[in-house]
Amino acid sequence: MFGMEFYVDPSRCIGCQSCLKACEECDTHRGVSMINFDFVDRKDTIATAAYVCWHCDNPTCAQVCPADAIKKYDDGIVGSSLKPRCIACSNCVLACPFGIPKLVPQYEQMMKCDMCYDRTSVGKRPMCATVCPSQALAYVTPETIAAMRREKPVNTFWFGNQKITTKVYMMAPADADEIAIDVADYIWEGENGLVPQAF
Amino acid sequence: MAKAPADLDVLRSRFGPHLNYTPPGGWQAEHPQQEMLVKTHCCFCGQQCGIQLKVRDNRVTGFEPWEDFPFNHGMLCPKGVKRYLQGNHPDRLLDPLLRTADGFRDATWNEALDFTAQRLREVQEKYGPDAVAVYGGASLTTEKSYLLGKFARVALGTRHIDYNGRLCMVSAGTAYKGALGVDRAPNPWSDIPKAEVLFIIGANVGECAPITTDYVWRARDNGATLIVVDPRFTPIARNTDLYLPVRPGTDLALLMGMLHVIIRDGLIERDFIGAHTTGFEKTEHSVAPWNPRRAAEVSGVAPEAIENAAHLVGESRRVMFLHARGLEHQSKGADNCEAVVAMALATGNIGREGAGPVMITGQGNGQGGREHGQKCDQLPGQRSLTDPAARQHVAEVWGISADELPGPGYTAVEIMNAIHSGEIKGLLSICFNPLVSLPDANFTREALEKLEFLGVIDFFLSETAAHADVVLAGSLQEEEEGVTANVEARVIHIQKAVDPPGNARLDSEIICDLARRLGRGEFFPFQEPREIFEELRLASRGGHADYYGITYEKIDRQKGVFWPCPSLDHPGTPRLFEDGRFFHPDGKARFMSLAWRDSGDPVDAEFPVYLTTGRVVSQYLSGTQTRRIGALVDQYPEPKLEIHPRLAEQYGIATGDWVKITSRRSAIVLQAMVVRTIRPDTVFIPYHWPDDRSANRLTHRTLDPRSKIPEYKVSACRLERSAAPGGRA
Repeated sequence: MFGMEFYVDPSRCIGCQSCLKACEECDTHRGVSMINFDFVDRKDTIATAAYVCWHCDNPTCAQVCPADAIKKYDDGIVGSSLKPRCIACSNCVLACPFGIPKLVPQYEQMMKCDMCYDRTSVGKRPMCATVCPSQALAYVTPETIAAMRREKPVNTFWFGNQKITTKVYMMAPADADEIAIDVADYIWEGENGLVPQAF
Repeated sequence: MAKAPADLDVLRSRFGPHLNYTPPGGWQAEHPQQEMLVKTHCCFCGQQCGIQLKVRDNRVTGFEPWEDFPFNHGMLCPKGVKRYLQGNHPDRLLDPLLRTADGFRDATWNEALDFTAQRLREVQEKYGPDAVAVYGGASLTTEKSYLLGKFARVALGTRHIDYNGRLCMVSAGTAYKGALGVDRAPNPWSDIPKAEVLFIIGANVGECAPITTDYVWRARDNGATLIVVDPRFTPIARNTDLYLPVRPGTDLALLMGMLHVIIRDGLIERDFIGAHTTGFEKTEHSVAPWNPRRAAEVSGVAPEAIENAAHLVGESRRVMFLHARGLEHQSKGADNCEAVVAMALATGNIGREGAGPVMITGQGNGQGGREHGQKCDQLPGQRSLTDPAARQHVAEVWGISADELPGPGYTAVEIMNAIHSGEIKGLLSICFNPLVSLPDANFTREALEKLEFLGVIDFFLSETAAHADVVLAGSLQEEEEGVTANVEARVIHIQKAVDPPGNARLDSEIICDLARRLGRGEFFPFQEPREIFEELRLASRGGHADYYGITYEKIDRQKGVFWPCPSLDHPGTPRLFEDGRFFHPDGKARFMSLAWRDSGDPVDAEFPVYLTTGRVVSQYLSGTQTRRIGALVDQYPEPKLEIHPRLAEQYGIATGDWVKITSRRSAIVLQAMVVRTIRPDTVFIPYHWPDDRSANRLTHRTLDPRSKIPEYKVSACRLERSAAPGGRA
């Protein structure tokens, strides 16, 4: 749909899995859901996260595909693998830094979110963002998101030294310009700042 | 006879629950060009989200979001997404069933209806008219609810009719009617994002009213402060500014503590209280001893947090109070709700945009189903059955003498008690599965087995229907036109999308045919739901829930009409009390006396742990429909025991361990889910399942003395590790 962008805000997610259920009702991949959904750590929190493919500007999945089966279209959408080409090797599954692509055994093919190409190409919103009761998944204009939300849309991600820019936005705290995932930031280094030696 | 057939396996193999995963013809069947879209509403829960059903060859084949409907803008929870799979279901009853020695056989409609009418008449001739009771349900359209109330009083002449809304929010209804003069959420949902403070108590919004989450988050986007009161850290609590982890059944202490602080610190709105209310001194006197320290000791919420919450509420003049079953399912449920309303009145937070107390009604037609006469003490239009003028008005519309109208009867749980005691001998039930949904399920089973006649109208063979002498194959929501009222009292139009399959029939036809066989056909001449609605408009005219100005066409045009709507040129009433007038004759709202009392099933040394029950997002009520939809069952297949690690450690329980939960009634064995998102003195079990997985085997029959709502939210239990129940690992 013209002028619309996709925004993901896990802090709004209530874990209802409506997106997961609605995705498989989409006409291009009926019966197969492309939503990635996690309980972050159910023992300690009710936090959940539902997300779609981030549709990278320079998609890692396509780069590593030996069969040239993954295409990015002119509008920035990265499609599922092309069935006649996909050799079900799982390179993309392993390489995607976001962990999005899934090998679907019954079709021997990698399938992933194509942002409801059948719907968005005819002016409808993607199924997941339409039904999402908390609008953790939202498909609206940038003007709408700027007017309605306090968080800031970010589409630059760092995975170590790999910088990735994406079509889909993550809602981040207002002072964040990019999201950097560095494992070192999350390691507990002991009370003296030293990493305990295990050996 | 009302005993279930001995061989339940045979019954289950024929009637389910089986799981339906795929649309008619399978996932690959595609005939979109032949599909028609029917704009209607979801059948599950009081939000009544707009949805478009895809229809092909008289079958519902899928859905398409209805983005223009103003309440939910296309949003749906997983139940809404998968609701269409209840159609074309292998378990669907296609013929009436008559009971045989070892099960059921298909019958013709003449046979089944003659038998039902004959047995009802026999029981009434032998034991008197009140020996037969009628159970209705709040998932029925308003037309069916109205028809059922008329059927009980005019065709059967019994005073005992009540409905499963008695298990839902009647305590809130009692409180609002007493304090404000009317049983309705006073504000439309569009007010929620306009509030400065949202005080949400006993409402697991994310799981039980999922669409409302968007309204709550939008309020936060606009800068609102969110306060959540719940023994569990529910999904909406994740973004709360203040979380108050109240001990089950002690909300009243917390609320009185807050009122104490609000009054003590001069945060009340004296001008409003003086001009628009009476009895403030009663509430003031009640809460005087409830300083935050005392409130904290009872409720388990820190005194500082109570002070903080009281100031957040008391200092704002745009507060919305949202409450649901957590507050209402208590033996002091009406008092709890009165305390919330008192807080709204004391701070002048009512009757304005973004200010007001609202109940989040839970069942599909929870609002509309309680307005027009299937409650035991009520006539259409939310009129009282004991009011002579109301009796006269309705009797005239019905063409009978007011003297013929029976008086008020028993409430839902009281009816089951009277069946157990032998006072009531026959029961006709529709849209109600008491064996799963009433408290103390073993008692309910004993009672059902004592019935001399049980007739059930249903589309699936529910656990209760398995006890029936006759099952009349009725219709799903999408098979009969009508109206419902959503959580905001917005009256909406349920469209007929398909005909009932096989020989199943419309519920309203079944009820009218029964009335004819009982010799009262002249009062039930209805050929279609629209004719019932036309009579309902007249019967409700002049009542609080006035539908006189509502028509199907007006609903379609306006995308819903909020009652009261007294004339055809009236636009409806989205927000009540805007002129400062309440619905009592003197126009004033009433403050009530509030008094603390203990739960009906207190914890002690033998039963030291609080048990509370509720819903999960993927199931609806007793599960008759949602336990038959594969994707919903997969999401949360079995009830689990939620338990805090600190409590789990005491018993050596880890996630996945089997635990025997014993209450003063019974015991069940479930798997544990160890989580830090619940109070360490409390365990939680969802209630959607029957038999040895039924939370309601553990709950108790203590009722709120005024509203007669059961105390589902507070029981006492003890825990022990257990071996897996038979046949399970």
